[in-house]
Amino acid sequence: MSLDLFWRYAPSLVSGFAVTIVCWSVGGALGLFLGFAITLMNRLRFPPLNWLLRGFIEIFRGTPFLMQLFLIYAGGPAIGLRLGATTAGIVGLGLYSSAYFAEIFRAGFASVPVGQIEAAASVGMAPFDTLIRVTLPGALIAAVPSIVNMLIVLSKETVVLSIITVPELMYQVQTMAAETFTAFSAIFAMAVFYWLLVETVSRLGARLEARVTGFLAREEAPA
Amino acid sequence: MKPEVILHSFGYLARAAGTTIAVSFAGIVFGFLIGAAVCAARVSRRSWLRRLGGTYVSVFRGVPLLVQLLFIYYFLAEYGLDVPAIVAAVGGLALSSAAFQAEILRGALNAVPRGQGEAATALGFGPLDIGRRILLPQALRISVPPLINEFILLLKASSLVSVVGIAELTRVSMNIASQTYRPFEAYVGGGLFYLAINLTLAALGGLAERRLARAGGR
Repeated sequence: MSLDLFWRYAPSLVSGFAVTIVCWSVGGALGLFLGFAITLMNRLRFPPLNWLLRGFIEIFRGTPFLMQLFLIYAGGPAIGLRLGATTAGIVGLGLYSSAYFAEIFRAGFASVPVGQIEAAASVGMAPFDTLIRVTLPGALIAAVPSIVNMLIVLSKETVVLSIITVPELMYQVQTMAAETFTAFSAIFAMAVFYWLLVETVSRLGARLEARVTGFLAREEAPA
Repeated sequence: MKPEVILHSFGYLARAAGTTIAVSFAGIVFGFLIGAAVCAARVSRRSWLRRLGGTYVSVFRGVPLLVQLLFIYYFLAEYGLDVPAIVAAVGGLALSSAAFQAEILRGALNAVPRGQGEAATALGFGPLDIGRRILLPQALRISVPPLINEFILLLKASSLVSVVGIAELTRVSMNIASQTYRPFEAYVGGGLFYLAINLTLAALGGLAERRLARAGGR
């Protein structure tokens, strides 16, 4: 096992890394969008819709991500859903994370003091303006730490996509390992790589968090 | 759509669900033992032990479980250790879960008011007695709901041990899918089992939480 082995496989490793990043960011964006939509729909207080969305959330939070991937990728054609491996992987990441994001946004909305909404109503703000200018900013700020956390969890879940043959980093490393009989060192390098990636993302996340919620700390100080 | 596929394979799925529960339970129990040790290291007075515990948590939480499982699997093979796949599977789940459980336990220890330890010191309790009679009973009580939550997470994560060839729920669903050419029904069936187990666990967790809240409110 030597470094020039990695050098020889560099093109496939780099492309695998690119696929990982694309799946992670597109899947995460899809999940954030769907999760936010679910939370907004839940706020309509239309019971049948609420039950439906509750069921969606429970199903996607109560079953393993791998199972969901198999269902979408292998079971999809049975209900007329034919997706390539990568598309299925991204859709899977999006659906899976949307259930968690919906709960995060819901908690965020719940954390906004009722008094602020009442105050907005009493100064004559329309409900939509109240949502955009009062409820939403407060809810999003409260949700940032959990969103960052979920995105980190999601970055680790991208590895599972290799099982349904999405050509992401893990898949490429396993191919390399199988072709060169270097499973041990290849997987070891993979572990180190992911550890560094996750550590970096969590550090960046902490910084983002400090920036977004920083004014809260400042507000408390003079009191 | 042929729902009868699920009914026909119900027995296989039920047995596989048993394996899933057994593997996850073993993972959570061994994970608790390792996690308690890691937690002890993290709150130790020696700084090198604290750093060691911190590194353990950072590594095992930062590396994806699938990579950990394959690493253990290949690591054992590299050194010619011919252990059954089940050992690699439970070991991987336990090592990974230990990192999360260590943090749960540490959080619970921190949640016990500081004054209690100080009061016990003032009353002449030794450090060991303070830990055993005052901090631990309360910390364990606080950590029950998050530990049940961790069990649910681990149960879902255990679907990954299908990769090293354990005949648990996910692997058996795959087999049923390939034998019946009905992947949709097979995975819905497997998913329903996961859902049933997890909703039961979540209900138990809610029950425990209410019980403990009432007991703690005295």
